[in-house]
Amino acid sequence: MNPPPGLGIVKGLVETARNFVGSFHDPARLTTVQYPDERLPAKENARNFPFLVYDGPDSEKGLRCVACKICEKECPPQCIYIILERDANGKPQKHPRVFDLDISVCMSCQICVEVCPFDAIKMDTDYELSRSDRFGGLLLTKAELAKPNDYYRRIHPTEAQEVDARLEEERARAQAKAKPPAAAAKPAAPAQPAPA
Amino acid sequence: MNAELSERELISALATGDVAPEGLAAALAFASPEAPAERGAGSAPVLAPPPRGNSDLLEVAMGPHHPSTHGVFRMDVTLDGERVVRLKPVFGYLHRNHEKIAEQTSYLGSMPYTDRLDYFCSLTNNWAYALAVERLAGLAVPERAEYIRVITAELTRLLNHSCLIGFLTHDMGTMGTPLMYAFREREKILDLFEALTGSRMMCNYMRFGGCRAELPPGWLEQTRSLVDEFPRFLDEFENLLSTNEILLARTQGVGVLTRELAVNAGVTGPMTRASGVNYDIRKVDNYGIYGRFPFRVPLGEHGDVYDRYMVRALEMRESIGILHQALRDIPAGPVIDPKAKLRGFRPKPGEAYGRIEAPKGELGFYLISDGSPNPYRYRVRPPSLINLTILEDMCLGHTVADVVVILGAVDIVLGEVDR
Repeated sequence: MNPPPGLGIVKGLVETARNFVGSFHDPARLTTVQYPDERLPAKENARNFPFLVYDGPDSEKGLRCVACKICEKECPPQCIYIILERDANGKPQKHPRVFDLDISVCMSCQICVEVCPFDAIKMDTDYELSRSDRFGGLLLTKAELAKPNDYYRRIHPTEAQEVDARLEEERARAQAKAKPPAAAAKPAAPAQPAPA
Repeated sequence: MNAELSERELISALATGDVAPEGLAAALAFASPEAPAERGAGSAPVLAPPPRGNSDLLEVAMGPHHPSTHGVFRMDVTLDGERVVRLKPVFGYLHRNHEKIAEQTSYLGSMPYTDRLDYFCSLTNNWAYALAVERLAGLAVPERAEYIRVITAELTRLLNHSCLIGFLTHDMGTMGTPLMYAFREREKILDLFEALTGSRMMCNYMRFGGCRAELPPGWLEQTRSLVDEFPRFLDEFENLLSTNEILLARTQGVGVLTRELAVNAGVTGPMTRASGVNYDIRKVDNYGIYGRFPFRVPLGEHGDVYDRYMVRALEMRESIGILHQALRDIPAGPVIDPKAKLRGFRPKPGEAYGRIEAPKGELGFYLISDGSPNPYRYRVRPPSLINLTILEDMCLGHTVADVVVILGAVDIVLGEVDR
């Protein structure tokens, strides 16, 4: 049995009309968000480009990064460039002198975050990154990348809580290890200076 | 008539148990005004390619910037009036050296690049690659991670098929209405992906031996409500399209791919199932935990564009069924094998091939390890590329406007074709 000709089109038009009318009162039918004026709520797991976390007030001293270059090595598109800080005698300082990240190359895969043993690099959620200079402007230096731990706590609350707890535990363990030989022992190596 | 009979025998031999003959036949019967046998045979007279230098013929390069080619892809068509007498697909514009780059980077480092193969379905790409590496290294995947993989893969199938149907109708000139409805639904799934993986399209979520992160709180409930809502959209979509006379006129009998050619050319996925070949790797390989979910494999009868549309529409309903079961049964537990390591991953020398039923067809990764941190050989078997190879056979004798529709129904993503 064949349906009367044109019935299929009429059925389709009924759907279109339902969507059209629905777009005036049903939020499920009109999903457009007027972007610069309205914004979708940020997703906690969202990721964009990496940034460096620092503890305490000083973005230079508090930097968690120890310039171990693991992220530089593991980064699939090779967008990270690190130079280790050395003092006057050429002794390595566990601190990056240069930490550059080219976000025109970065593909936001967060492998650097996963491999970092010091929780020093994390993913940012800022997506409004237009620059007037497409070469220099997209090459972020250490100063631009460094962001306080409070910022990390704000954008990824759950994750930051875990990281804080883990770091606190490591610090306590390092202190306990350093105590028995009393003051003569060298300060615990892997832990960073405690944040305020 | 004898040939007809043997064809039928072949169908019955191929269709073993898990086919939905009644469902599909009903779906196709109400849609096709003429008898099924006429539809398959009547339309496309296969012409022998004419010799070059024939001045009556017009050579047209469709693409690489033609809006209908779904990316940077060119078809050099030779036309006799409106009819296509020769068609040469030219691809490679989007070649990014994926396989050679993967041979220079660590196993983990290739995972984000697999997202960019078929950028519509990054989670199934992740799964295929993870599966190949897991076979290579002999890693086990925890139960919960297997469920997460099934859930994300079936969500990917939903969004891919709904968008493909949208694109296909767009190619027929619907000015975007069904496409926008499909995109509206896709957006909901992408929101789920963003909440889970951090990224909408470039998910980079699977790891060797599991998944990268635990599900965020409330994610399963959101997914459940989406899966409950989705059939409503499918009904709406099918009301809009399945019986639309214009769509029937544009798709039925167009671009017929015979069963023999589909099998011989290695075509996989909904393309081959629309030609009546019962070949679904979820059933054939039972990879992951697909053996636990009863689902049916919709098959077409005619192998034309309409069947390719219908098979995808029905497959989405089966995916909904799988999702319901998986969301119900998902156990608690770890999402990644605790022994799996991220850095310093060096599988023993050997080779492995991991394949899955991606939304577009069989997606396989072939890896050879020589014991070093990066694969000695890395090869992708992309479904889009192999499904594209028979484009000329489907297009000969059709008009230029039909070529657009036929290409649209192949479901290609040039990121995967060119790699």
